[in-house]
Amino acid sequence: MTPTESLSITLSVNGATVAREVPARLSLADFLREELRLTGTHLGCEHGVCGACTVLLDGEPVRACLMLAVQARGHSVTTVEGLTPAGGGLTPLQAAFQRHHAVQCGFCTPGMLMTATALLAGNPSPSAEQVRDALSGNICRCTGYVQIVEAVMDAAAGAEA
Amino acid sequence: MKAPPFAYAAPASIEGALALLAAHEDAKVLAGGQSLMPALNLRLAAPSVLVDINAIPELSEVSITPAGLRLGALVRHSRIGTNSAIAGAVPLLGLAYPHIAHGPVRTRGTIGGSLAHADPSAEWPAVCLASDAVMEVRGPGGGRDVPAEEFSLGIFTTAIEPGELLVAIRFPAWPASRRAGFAEVARRDGDFAMVGAAVTVDLGADGTCTDARIVLFGASSRPVRRREAEARLRGQVPGAALLREAASLAAQGIDPPSDLHASAEYRRRVAPVMVRRALADALSLPEARLAS
Repeated sequence: MTPTESLSITLSVNGATVAREVPARLSLADFLREELRLTGTHLGCEHGVCGACTVLLDGEPVRACLMLAVQARGHSVTTVEGLTPAGGGLTPLQAAFQRHHAVQCGFCTPGMLMTATALLAGNPSPSAEQVRDALSGNICRCTGYVQIVEAVMDAAAGAEA
Repeated sequence: MKAPPFAYAAPASIEGALALLAAHEDAKVLAGGQSLMPALNLRLAAPSVLVDINAIPELSEVSITPAGLRLGALVRHSRIGTNSAIAGAVPLLGLAYPHIAHGPVRTRGTIGGSLAHADPSAEWPAVCLASDAVMEVRGPGGGRDVPAEEFSLGIFTTAIEPGELLVAIRFPAWPASRRAGFAEVARRDGDFAMVGAAVTVDLGADGTCTDARIVLFGASSRPVRRREAEARLRGQVPGAALLREAASLAAQGIDPPSDLHASAEYRRRVAPVMVRRALADALSLPEARLAS
């Protein structure tokens, strides 16, 4: 096996199959933003601290800045664009973010939504403590955490009702 | 910033990975990427070749036998924390897990990657030292076992030689009489520890301590056993006063670093507190958590 600086990859992004030739050094986040123009995935720190670039890899939350695009070969990636239900509109979680004004500047919002989506998929009725713990790796520099936690709790309660 | 250019290969076998490491002197191994990718993005590392070991199924194997627990090097943090059989086999793993990073990092990060990276403030190396773990290292000449105590050599430095790969971590069977405790202080939940302690205490039928392991981490260039403190517990029935004494002994003579997270003086003050709390929790002596 000879290492190469460029590779062909095929993966699923938001349900659609995507095939591209990419440089090995390209991060998954840059692949999504620059190759696929899915600019909803935001890049804050580019070293795994801020959580803005969180996407789902086979349903699990990962930092898109800490994965190479070539590592997503054969996997299924969901970005914030992929949350939109068929026919448009918002998911109950996104609607709850809107209702609770859980958005100020909006930069951290895609990462918050992806992390909270993964939380609720695995634990449909989390405690506020569990929500805070799950979101602890996502930084909001507007410090709007209270509304964000309220929105996730509200979405969870709505799903239960 | 963006990673510098490199060539990439993802071999499907350990032999394939070793061949690549032999052929490319400055190759780096990519496991979970949660430390290497930041280093690449910040241009702290610029290897010419990355050997991605994520396509080697053998490295993700977990086996639990009467001899103990064996974790492939690529077993991810989240699997250790969510698989109750793993924490059942080595309870200290389950106690340390909540302190390790955040969800999206746990999804990718691996125990082998943490050990090979050897951050002095990382939890897994301390847990391995306190659990008498053995690292299985494979190289071109075959395999060798490295005890945890000889594995971490200093900051970002391990006993892994160029051309070698950490393939698994073996934990000996956990005796029923063994108690464990873990405590650390960090700036935020999930951050690397400023100082922490991982302890195990073996109790005889009459409550006498027959053996103990007290490991401090974040207090020097690698996790360290504090043998004088361990000796103080051996042969005694532990009570609050004895735990306080052992905790003071454990922190004696340490020479911790100063950095932007904490001063050496702060670490020196907090180290015995972490040992005391870990011991108190291990022995279910809540009153021993207090200073006096």
